[in-house]
Amino acid sequence: MIAELGLAALWLAAALAVLQLVGGALALRGGTESELAALTRPAAVLQGGLVALSFAMLLWVFAITDLSVKLVAMNSHSAKPLIFKLSGAWGNHEGSMLLWVTVMALAGALIAGIERRLPERTMQATLAAQGFVALGFYAFLLLSSNPFERLPQPAAEGLGLNPLLQDIGLAFHPPTLYIGYVGLSVAFSFAVGALITREVTPAFARAMRPWILGAWVFLTLGLVAGSYWAYYELGWGGYWFWDPVENAALMPWLAATALLHSAGVLASRDALRVWTIMLGVVAFSMSMLGTFLVRSGVLTSVHAFAVDPERGSFILLLLTLYIGGALLLFALRAGAISEGERFSVASREGALVVNNVMLSAILAVVLLGTLYPLLTEAFDVRVSVGPPYFNPVGAIFAFPMLAVMAVGPLLRWRRDSWGRISKELALVAAMLLAGIVLFAVLGEIALLPLLGLAFAVALAVASFLPLKGRRLKRVPIATWGMITAHFGIAVMLFGMASEGAFSQERLAALEEGGTTSVGPWAVRLEAVEPVAGPNWTALAGRLTVRHRDGDPQAIAPQSRNFWAPPQQTTESVLVTRWNGQLYAVMGGSSTDGRWQVRLWWKPFVTLIWYGGLLIALGGVLALVGRVRSDLKHRYISRRITERREERETA
Amino acid sequence: MSWRLWLPFLLFFGFAGLAAYQLSQPKDDTIKSTMVGKELPYFTLPPASLERPGVDSRYFYEGEPKLLNIWASWCLPCIAEAAQLEQLKDEGVEIVGVAIRDEPTDVMRFLTQHGNPYTRIGRDDLSEVQLAIGSSGVPETFVIDGKGVITYQHVGDIRHEHVPMLLEELRKAGR
Amino acid sequence: MKAKHQRLVLVILALVALVGAGLLAAYALRNQASYFYLPEQMQAEPPEVGQAVRLGGMVAPGSLATQADGITVTFTVTGRENSAVPVRYAGILPDLFVEGSGVVAEGRLAADGTFVADNLLAKHDENYVPRELEGMSEHQAAEMAEETTVGLE
Repeated sequence: MIAELGLAALWLAAALAVLQLVGGALALRGGTESELAALTRPAAVLQGGLVALSFAMLLWVFAITDLSVKLVAMNSHSAKPLIFKLSGAWGNHEGSMLLWVTVMALAGALIAGIERRLPERTMQATLAAQGFVALGFYAFLLLSSNPFERLPQPAAEGLGLNPLLQDIGLAFHPPTLYIGYVGLSVAFSFAVGALITREVTPAFARAMRPWILGAWVFLTLGLVAGSYWAYYELGWGGYWFWDPVENAALMPWLAATALLHSAGVLASRDALRVWTIMLGVVAFSMSMLGTFLVRSGVLTSVHAFAVDPERGSFILLLLTLYIGGALLLFALRAGAISEGERFSVASREGALVVNNVMLSAILAVVLLGTLYPLLTEAFDVRVSVGPPYFNPVGAIFAFPMLAVMAVGPLLRWRRDSWGRISKELALVAAMLLAGIVLFAVLGEIALLPLLGLAFAVALAVASFLPLKGRRLKRVPIATWGMITAHFGIAVMLFGMASEGAFSQERLAALEEGGTTSVGPWAVRLEAVEPVAGPNWTALAGRLTVRHRDGDPQAIAPQSRNFWAPPQQTTESVLVTRWNGQLYAVMGGSSTDGRWQVRLWWKPFVTLIWYGGLLIALGGVLALVGRVRSDLKHRYISRRITERREERETA
Repeated sequence: MSWRLWLPFLLFFGFAGLAAYQLSQPKDDTIKSTMVGKELPYFTLPPASLERPGVDSRYFYEGEPKLLNIWASWCLPCIAEAAQLEQLKDEGVEIVGVAIRDEPTDVMRFLTQHGNPYTRIGRDDLSEVQLAIGSSGVPETFVIDGKGVITYQHVGDIRHEHVPMLLEELRKAGR
Repeated sequence: MKAKHQRLVLVILALVALVGAGLLAAYALRNQASYFYLPEQMQAEPPEVGQAVRLGGMVAPGSLATQADGITVTFTVTGRENSAVPVRYAGILPDLFVEGSGVVAEGRLAADGTFVADNLLAKHDENYVPRELEGMSEHQAAEMAEETTVGLE
């Protein structure tokens, strides 16, 4: 019954999406007084409730392990801990698509419920667009990936007792990314709505901004978590592989970052109208494109998901409909949007334009690199594109962007001169040069990490310069958000550059009792012992590691063998210090009775993820600041009208 | 000015066309055995279940062409192909199984649940036979003619549409 | 500068950067993408010495040997038509890397004709699933195996 209830809720939600689309469209044609138009908002809200109910039902069948539901039988097992039963609900194709529409419908319900700043016509157009996009994903879910499908006979037991899937990181990483991906659908609908009504105003950008910020925070967290997960779980010592799945998550982030900044210009200065609309369309397009690339299997990836050409075709169809449709609308309508306010090159807007252009260029570089194998395979040539391409080509655009990021926030809006901020410019340039010289003297470092270290130092200082000459208590929260996020970029950059410049690796074949060293660590293999788990056996290398004159520490990385299904994994061990991490992996035995041990010393590598968290925190601060000042604004304008009314009655 | 606005649209359609073309292309990057066209290497395997005898390579040197099916109870695609194996059996094909790294109890459970199309099932605990005949995964199915020569290798699970093809291969091997 | 000119400067800058990004990407991709070779292709048309490429094939049974340092392994990757390429690799062998299994080696061809691998991606050698599995970590492989299985009933 529960599963049928979930399915019914989903069908009803799809019907409401139709109503939302039709209501919104009629409102645009017949004016906002039309009777159906009044139903658009309630339809969106109710739809959100129904889809949430449907998702709750899916969680329920997973929680009680209802083995007559195919998805449960395929992906769960009665003996799993509850938390992994629940996370199993979205750890598969159907469930994750349901999560996708759940986030989408809830976002739609939220804008319908609380957004009051936009002109009603634009609002109706936005909701119609949101309904239209949701409709396609409902169709996909209901027609080709029904999560509630029953088995003719209940299975005796589920197939999903895979201990390797029981990883807390794996359980919460996809939903985080999904909220980010799908949150961008709101920006997309806003952009389409504004294109339809041609009303691209600062109020529109202010309404859109919190949504972009929210989605962006989740995307940032998802990327950071995914990167750390890959780092500790895959046992290769790397944190980013330029793999298609990773790029699929990075591209929406790049577009959303650009959108965030251009929406800021539109909100404050009423400039960059067409560009902001374009980015609004592109950001969610990148989310859908990422989903397509990941789910259709047209690209080879180290991470991979269900591969099913039929589903791939369906997603491609949706992609064509929505992205193609939005871009067509853009081509037809954008010419009619009047030019915004003008500004000079040396101004805050000018710097933000450069930032946007550079971000777009990096996006283009990543997109082309990701799609290149698709292109060459059309000519029967198989290639893989990796760090030798992405790192240098991306860096060509990243460093100018970082430079602009350091000084841009110091410029005034509209018109400014470089002379006014010459002191700050000189300071940043001096820091940069000093950094380059210092780190170059310190040791032989490749060009990119060297530049990275120097830029990180300069940027870290520069990010606080906007505070100069201001009373700290009076600095708006949103500005603190910007400072935190920019500082976070500097921290992350330092971690990456340090990892690239100073990492040391040691691969040794050790006898029991043998010693080796990596960086400042002395390592001794005490013994290799068999360890047994509930469904695996492992060889654990008991290692004693010692940092310079510190106390010795005992660690035991494992090489695990699972049976049913037979699989082998490495359980790496990380030893974290304030200034870096020791990363130890146990390999197999060599023929002569020695054991392979692989060790890395990665100075300051943890800064990569701390920096990422700072960036997300900056986003949260900005969001809080924006929402608070919005509420204040509303309160004040309400008080003003109240006063006026009082005066008039008196 | 306005032609520039069409650029994103055109670029996107270029991509969509390419992606559609790629989706329609079959992907075949499986690693084929170098043993196809050669004689089976010599092997004997103990039985993997109580119900069926084990397998000896000499068994393939006489009689009709047979299928040699590499499978395992822990292998999920093997469940998917069980129905097709059953169908092949009903067509009168003799199927010899080799269970890879398996336990007799698991084998029994699998056969009760998903049917037993095999006349013989050998137990290959170390993947020795699997490697010797050049199979690099589970499931794989080989067509062996009446003289012990491997004439065809099917990689992956047998889908519904593969059944006529395998029957055709068996017929060719019989000549 | 007039405001109109300022705007033009920005538009031109944007176009130059984006077109530049496209051209640079196209150029770099031609040089930096690592091509995939089968052993027979590598013998017929070897890539330039030192160019990053990938080699995929079967590890020849009996060819796997560990050198005296306990870390470096050598083996032969074979393909169709008796083609074979010797490979040298220093590092921990990936999970489920055995003789007779499929492998994708990332690295470059040395002057002596040996392929020096930086990284080995063992083809997940148990459940057969599409080639997207190459190099996938095991639990993802398992996840995908589950998802690609049809006909459970």
